[in-house]
Amino acid sequence: MNDRILEKLHALVPENIAGSREFRDELTVTVTVDVLVRVCEFLKTDPELAFDMLIDLTAVDMYRPEARFEVVYLLYSLKNTRYLRLKVTVEEERATVPTVTGVWPAANWHERETFDMFGIRFAGHPDLRRLYMPEEFEHHPLRKDFPLMGIPDSLPLPRR
Amino acid sequence: MSARNSEDSRRSQILAALEDQDTTVVIDDPLENSMILNMGPQHPATHGVLRLLIKLDGETVMAAVPELGYLHRGYEKIAESSTYHEFIPHTDRLDYLSPLSNNVAYVLAVEKLAGIEIPRRAQYIRVLVCEMARVASHLVAIGSMAMDVGALTVLLWTFREREKLLDIYDVLCGARFTTSYTRIGGLQQDWTPQCTAMLRQFLSEFDADVREVEKLLQNNRIFIDRCENVGHISREDAIAWGLTGPLLRAAGVPRDLRRDVPYLVYPELDFKVITFTESDALARFYVRLAEMYESTGILSQALDKLPEGPYNAFETKKVLPAKERTYTRMEELIHDFMLINLGIDPPVGEVYHAVESSKGELGFYLVSDGTGHPWRMKIRSPSTCNLSTLPIMLKGGMISDIVAVIGSMDPVMGEADK
Repeated sequence: MNDRILEKLHALVPENIAGSREFRDELTVTVTVDVLVRVCEFLKTDPELAFDMLIDLTAVDMYRPEARFEVVYLLYSLKNTRYLRLKVTVEEERATVPTVTGVWPAANWHERETFDMFGIRFAGHPDLRRLYMPEEFEHHPLRKDFPLMGIPDSLPLPRR
Repeated sequence: MSARNSEDSRRSQILAALEDQDTTVVIDDPLENSMILNMGPQHPATHGVLRLLIKLDGETVMAAVPELGYLHRGYEKIAESSTYHEFIPHTDRLDYLSPLSNNVAYVLAVEKLAGIEIPRRAQYIRVLVCEMARVASHLVAIGSMAMDVGALTVLLWTFREREKLLDIYDVLCGARFTTSYTRIGGLQQDWTPQCTAMLRQFLSEFDADVREVEKLLQNNRIFIDRCENVGHISREDAIAWGLTGPLLRAAGVPRDLRRDVPYLVYPELDFKVITFTESDALARFYVRLAEMYESTGILSQALDKLPEGPYNAFETKKVLPAKERTYTRMEELIHDFMLINLGIDPPVGEVYHAVESSKGELGFYLVSDGTGHPWRMKIRSPSTCNLSTLPIMLKGGMISDIVAVIGSMDPVMGEADK
């Protein structure tokens, strides 16, 4: 099945597959940002693959000069009962990814959380607010350069 | 400004009517004013610290916006600076109603990453604790849902049942609540004959005791009227919004990771996946009720099949040695020291492993850079994803339905806020 997914993706966007890796029987496919929504729509609507659920969406801060963030999409197919991990990489300066809320509404809160934790913006998101941290908080805690102990005075206590 | 203007115009309308001595005043739409109500985070029916902003038209909910983060403790950040072992106690505090299944979910992900095969006895014990956790959690879910719609007795009776399970936890791992029972490659300690006896005693009484609870609610007009056709979500929406667990199964989608993406020894056990098609609060109640009976079936099968043997994998570089050997042998002492201080060193890679917890799909996504600390850990918490559908379920309902819907969703904020 993993070969079949790769085959179909190569047929769809031959130029835009940046890599794929299989580890512990889990397939990870990296695509370029410009075809992300197209690939997602294809994976969802293709009758054979039918990845109709977005289980998880998150980011990883690789903390390297080039392509600092990886945005990770975990898809699930009810028909084939299997997962697929889709990845795009983004630069620190232009940390913007198109939203996939139009494909799976489930992405709504996941993208808000990723924005909250990493500062990656999702272009076209209907309501891109922080999910966990307060609105006035200025940092993005899951970035590797945010200290574990927090930044003093970055979270003001409510006035009495 | 406009509100004041309309207020002024209404007042002048009333004044003019009084001057005319005609007391019938017709105001175009008396309910056109919507009201914003803040519910929570300190509210008994929001199951913790969930905050809802609700826009009301009279008693009808026009829109609802959940606000999260009141219990955010940054576990994903903490995980990045602790070893894989050190994080196990934190998993207790995620879904604190079923800590054992969180423990199992987390170590399964780590074992998948490190490539550890665990002995069959440990797998059976993990199935046992997972199912006990599911029963305990569903008991609370049913009890608190009934309490939210006004039936207090049910809560007391289901807590009585849950108490028996907590007593078994106590004997099994020395804690009733924060169990931290699993270890990477096995378990903290072995399942004992006393646990078997206590669990068999519990199972023998369970059916009759829960039938009593069922009888309280099954023909209860108030309970049914308050739950039926409340909090409806369509099958398509449920899939698209990533609902999992009893909520998805109540919408008619037979997705159960124990069967679809099998882990542990679930393929060897016989159980049904319960589905309902009504997708309302009542259907979710019945899904949970039926799942408890399935779980007790799994429990008795697993007890019958429980094999003898070791309960920890023999992988000296990855699995903590037994304490008595650590204290008496040099080799084990070195391994213990290395594992505690530096952690296991899994290969570079990334894995995702999910289990069917009582709330839905509980998954851990681990990215390893080859050191003893995870580079990134993401908790896929079912409560967060389920809560994101709350606006859909509440829209168009009555204000009094909110508590029934939240009760039927059974969110745990420890897990939703991470």
